[in-house]
Amino acid sequence: MDIDFIINVLYAMIRTGTPLLIVALGELVCERSGVLNLGQEGMMLVGAVCGFIVAATTGSLFLGVLAAMLAGCLMALLFGLVALGLSATQVATGLALTILGAGLSAFIGESFVGQTVQGFKALPIPLLSEIPLLGPLLFNHDVLVYLSFGLFAGVIWFLRSTRAGLMLKAIGETPESATAVGLPVMRVRYLAVLFGGAMAGLAGGYLSLAYTPLWAEGMTAGRGWIALALVVFASWRAERVMFGAYLFGLASILHLIVQGMGVSISSNLLAMLPYVVTILVLVLLSSDKARVRLYAPMSLGKPFHRTQ
Amino acid sequence: MFKVEKRPVESRLMGYLSPVLAAVLTLVSGALLFLLLGQSPLEGLYTFFVMPLSDLYGLSELGVKAAPILLCAMGLAVCYRAKVWNIGAEGQLLFGALIGSWAALQLLQAEGAWVLPLVLLAGALGGMFWGLIPALLRTHFNTNEILTTIMLNYIALNVLLYGVHGPLKDPDGYNFPESALFSESTLLPTLLDGTRVHIGVLFALLAVAVVWVLLSRTFVGFQIRVLGLDARAAHYAGYHEKHLVIFVLMLCGGLAGLAGVLEVTGPIGQLVPQVSPGYGYAAIIVAFLGRLHPVGILLASLLMALVYMGGEMVQIELGLPQALTGLFQGMLLLYLLACDFLIHYRIRLVGRAAASAAAPASEGA
Repeated sequence: MDIDFIINVLYAMIRTGTPLLIVALGELVCERSGVLNLGQEGMMLVGAVCGFIVAATTGSLFLGVLAAMLAGCLMALLFGLVALGLSATQVATGLALTILGAGLSAFIGESFVGQTVQGFKALPIPLLSEIPLLGPLLFNHDVLVYLSFGLFAGVIWFLRSTRAGLMLKAIGETPESATAVGLPVMRVRYLAVLFGGAMAGLAGGYLSLAYTPLWAEGMTAGRGWIALALVVFASWRAERVMFGAYLFGLASILHLIVQGMGVSISSNLLAMLPYVVTILVLVLLSSDKARVRLYAPMSLGKPFHRTQ
Repeated sequence: MFKVEKRPVESRLMGYLSPVLAAVLTLVSGALLFLLLGQSPLEGLYTFFVMPLSDLYGLSELGVKAAPILLCAMGLAVCYRAKVWNIGAEGQLLFGALIGSWAALQLLQAEGAWVLPLVLLAGALGGMFWGLIPALLRTHFNTNEILTTIMLNYIALNVLLYGVHGPLKDPDGYNFPESALFSESTLLPTLLDGTRVHIGVLFALLAVAVVWVLLSRTFVGFQIRVLGLDARAAHYAGYHEKHLVIFVLMLCGGLAGLAGVLEVTGPIGQLVPQVSPGYGYAAIIVAFLGRLHPVGILLASLLMALVYMGGEMVQIELGLPQALTGLFQGMLLLYLLACDFLIHYRIRLVGRAAASAAAPASEGA
């Protein structure tokens, strides 16, 4: 293996990990507020299809990205109304959102299957991209990858250093006490859910506008679910989300590596790898019950009723 | 002004009415959707929900489509009663279909009455095995079964694709990704001439009865219900939670696997990549819609089968996308969860002054 091959693999790893990073950051913020939204897959699908349709009809990738995020937000709002507003179980509501998203995206994207758009192009950053090794690896990506770097830093900063971030974490731990000191539990949770939706939509848009600029039914291929596992993997820490996302990215492109090394294995068997890796990672990280209990937001998934 | 207040006790009536209300809301939304698509709403709904059932063949197809959904949903209901969130009926169905097909292909030359039962058993065992994996992962490694069963769905699909593209591909099949046609002795007998209704439909009905007895008349069923209602109580009562988790997931896997092998030995007759149009996922909706009760699930599975047929019918008759099926499925479940609010809360019309004096009991209502 020469150095170019390794750079190429790592470059592809970042591209493949980017949608996972984006959607997992959204879910992380959502879960830190105490809300478990299992609807990531559905929100991603709707984001992907809406982003693609808007970009294909207006010719503007920027509008496409906006539409993807807006679509994710609207789906998340639906989740919020049912799971937060009507106190339905979060697990079932998230599942419903995914089923709805799969159906809705297939329905509205029906006539766009097989079309393509001119997707986001790599945008080398002057000077930085000329650094040997690191330049081509980190500074020769499309704008959404750079955006994901920014989001990553932003989420860390938000959770660690802002008043709103601390409020969000407090609400995720003990909403009862948070209410007692006057924190707006419901408003914060709605906002966290909406942010999660926007990120899922953006991740979907990344798939249909940058990664593979086309719309295909079910094109997220379980990435929304993998992102949920990723948040557990990261034990609800943003830094580890990035590490995990790229690790999963690497697992997803292993088939390229294996083919590059001249080994022939059925592509269907290789396509299983990300899912197998997800299970293995869950096994490794969940075995220690105490650890999971230590890091998971305490009120995660529990409905909250404002006392009268 | 409306006022939302918590009911002192859960409303049993709303427990029954909420699925009906959800179905009505789905119909209303469907009508609006047809209007939006430039179709007459009444004609659209008629084509979707009535036309598929207008003749004997349609009615028989309803049974054919309801059977796999019913089998999966019965298993899921047992899991959900125990609060084991198995989302993996789809994968268990696919793996059952794969193993059953493998058995059927080994027995292409075999004759006799024992061949078909053996194939069906292989399918059920395949599904059981696929259910055992998340069960063991949960009991031994504390993994979240929602995520593992979802991952196993994708893995099962890829193993199946590997099978039809590789070892199980028909050597005389012009390179199509499908297996050879099964032999006569590995195909399910049909119940009615000229239709595709096969004896698997009877198996599904039998499963309803078995699960009903299991849940309401046996000690295991009692333990499952206690585990679901209060895991700590089950623990103090000395129930083996791990054994119960393994039991419910294997039971569901077995039923889903049976559904899978019934599809390949029944209506399809060979192994193809599209064994299931998402029956395992639809069964999740059916389990909830049927209130995790065998009779409710029986009715809900018929409705869900109709939704599948309606999707095909509007495509043929009105040229609308078949994906309407998925949309209707999602709406149905979401409406159901929203309507369940009324089980715990009631909405009362009150005077303006009284409303402003009393704080609303819940947000967003």
